[in-house]
Amino acid sequence: MRFLSGPRVYAYIVHRILATIPVMGVVGVAVFMLLHLTPGDPAAVIAGDYARPEDIARIRHQLGLDRPVHIQFFTWVGSILSGDLGVSIFSDLPVAHLIGQRLEPTFALAAATLVFSVVIAVPMGVLAAWKAGTWTDRIIMIFAVLGFSVPVFVIAYALMWVFSLKLGWFPVQGYKSISDGLGPFLHSIALPTVALGVIYVALMARITRASMLETLQEDYIRTARAKGVDNRSVLIRHALRNASVPIVTIIGIGIALLIGGVVVTESVFNIPGLGRLTIDAVLRRDYPVIQGVILVFSAAYVIVNLLIDLSYTVLDPRIRY
Amino acid sequence: MAAVAGAGSVYPSGVVQARAAKVAEFARRNPTVIVSASVLLLMALMAGFAHHLASDPMALDPAVRLKPPCMMETFGFESRTSCRGWFGTDHLGRDVYARTVFGARISLTVGLAVAALSTTFGLVIGLLAGYVRLFDAIAMRVMDGLMAIPSILLAIALMALFGSSVQNVIIAISVPEIPRVVRLVRAVVLTIREMPYVEAAVSSGTRLPRILLRHILPNTFAPLMVQATYVCAAAVIVEALLSFLGAGTPPEIPSWGNMMAEGRVYFQIKPWMLLFPGICLALMVLFVNLLGDGLRDTLDPRIARRMR
Repeated sequence: MRFLSGPRVYAYIVHRILATIPVMGVVGVAVFMLLHLTPGDPAAVIAGDYARPEDIARIRHQLGLDRPVHIQFFTWVGSILSGDLGVSIFSDLPVAHLIGQRLEPTFALAAATLVFSVVIAVPMGVLAAWKAGTWTDRIIMIFAVLGFSVPVFVIAYALMWVFSLKLGWFPVQGYKSISDGLGPFLHSIALPTVALGVIYVALMARITRASMLETLQEDYIRTARAKGVDNRSVLIRHALRNASVPIVTIIGIGIALLIGGVVVTESVFNIPGLGRLTIDAVLRRDYPVIQGVILVFSAAYVIVNLLIDLSYTVLDPRIRY
Repeated sequence: MAAVAGAGSVYPSGVVQARAAKVAEFARRNPTVIVSASVLLLMALMAGFAHHLASDPMALDPAVRLKPPCMMETFGFESRTSCRGWFGTDHLGRDVYARTVFGARISLTVGLAVAALSTTFGLVIGLLAGYVRLFDAIAMRVMDGLMAIPSILLAIALMALFGSSVQNVIIAISVPEIPRVVRLVRAVVLTIREMPYVEAAVSSGTRLPRILLRHILPNTFAPLMVQATYVCAAAVIVEALLSFLGAGTPPEIPSWGNMMAEGRVYFQIKPWMLLFPGICLALMVLFVNLLGDGLRDTLDPRIARRMR
């Protein structure tokens, strides 16, 4: 395969990177506004029902709520751009520090889920497309509909019941860092990965099948078959490669799904990641932490989708810019 | 000919037969739509007549706390003396069956309300964005930004601010869904506005509101209905998730998410508190999704071919 080159591709890449700026700008405004859309006094809401007036005043000052809105906004944006996400109201620790502490388990879980899903879903989708209309295809598609419908925490508890409580193969809850060794890490993360992966596998298998079905009807597939290329080569080299653009796109769209799922999965399996941090922050109304986590997750989503868009320049040279 | 045959009644019998045949034909071609719509109708009826089907879901009885479900006996799990109720009882001695039946009300209410709210707002914004250039530029940037925030996180954050109530749950789930509807409607409008009949309407002096309402709006209904079904399924899941995480429906209201949140503490020894609402939740979402798939295949064969 040939990598694209030439000024138009570079122009596209620069244009695509610049296009993330307004998106993140809107995210920033939305996250900032969250606090100001609160009915009543945000400081009082954060402080809770039993707060003393001096606590409310302290929080108001700490968040800068006693200054004009536009000044607040620009101060906030300025500090975020310099890496300062504010200070947690509950623990008085910098939000960036709290997020940094919790990043590893979340990243590990998300990455493991992504790898697991691709490894399972793409062959499933290819098989279903290859055997379209047969029982193999039907069973895979039934699984895809089921997997998309059963909520992640229902799957999580079902897996936990069978594999942890009844069979005792995996720990019920908890997380072992990768620095404790690869074995214990994989052992602790196996069930959460499968639980979180099911919906992703269902989604990706469906798209892979649809994309493969379309590609398999192309003339060049027939030509390849007529030339006597064997089935495996036709499927992998000719069809899957050309069917890959929608599959890669769905990975990007699915990142939002994955992030939502991570929050829940971490809560069920008691994994000390960003999801737990978010839930704890919500229950304590620790607003700087909530804002920080949303910003980080949204930035991750935007960056992943940027990388995916850029990957098209390599994956599908037919796309014109 | 049909009119002659059925001269006696208001509707000629031939027409009635033709209609019945049409319905039968529709059912034969779209079994998914019929089956899933029937199951959902049944669930809706159960939710509506919950008072007649189950006892008071709030009634506490400390004497019968955490009793196993009687239906498990059939499979030989527990002794006959200790069971209580179809689905067992929870940690406060409340009937899990009654709470599960009443829980369907919350899920259906939230699902339908979110679908209605997000499609209404999405439709209006999408129509305008598809037709008014200046509005499009601004609105779509805002929508892109909103879509970059993972929807569950945005809903959780909104709930943290507004406080828990069913009404706030509906708003918090609808807001992140609106951009997706806007994109869909806008895409439809952009294709339709190039159609010759719309150009003809424009050149014959039809005014903008009339073009939008008469010529463009009807074309958005089919994809919008499919989308609304998927939004409904997503909303049922997210409501349960929010309640499960403690940031959704107020804890005293029997919703499936709340029941599962209460059940998780006892999960290892008394799994039925979590099991039954979990199964019901999965079934409801499954049939709403199936209905969506069926509607998509029926209403939009072009997309159906691509997605199948």
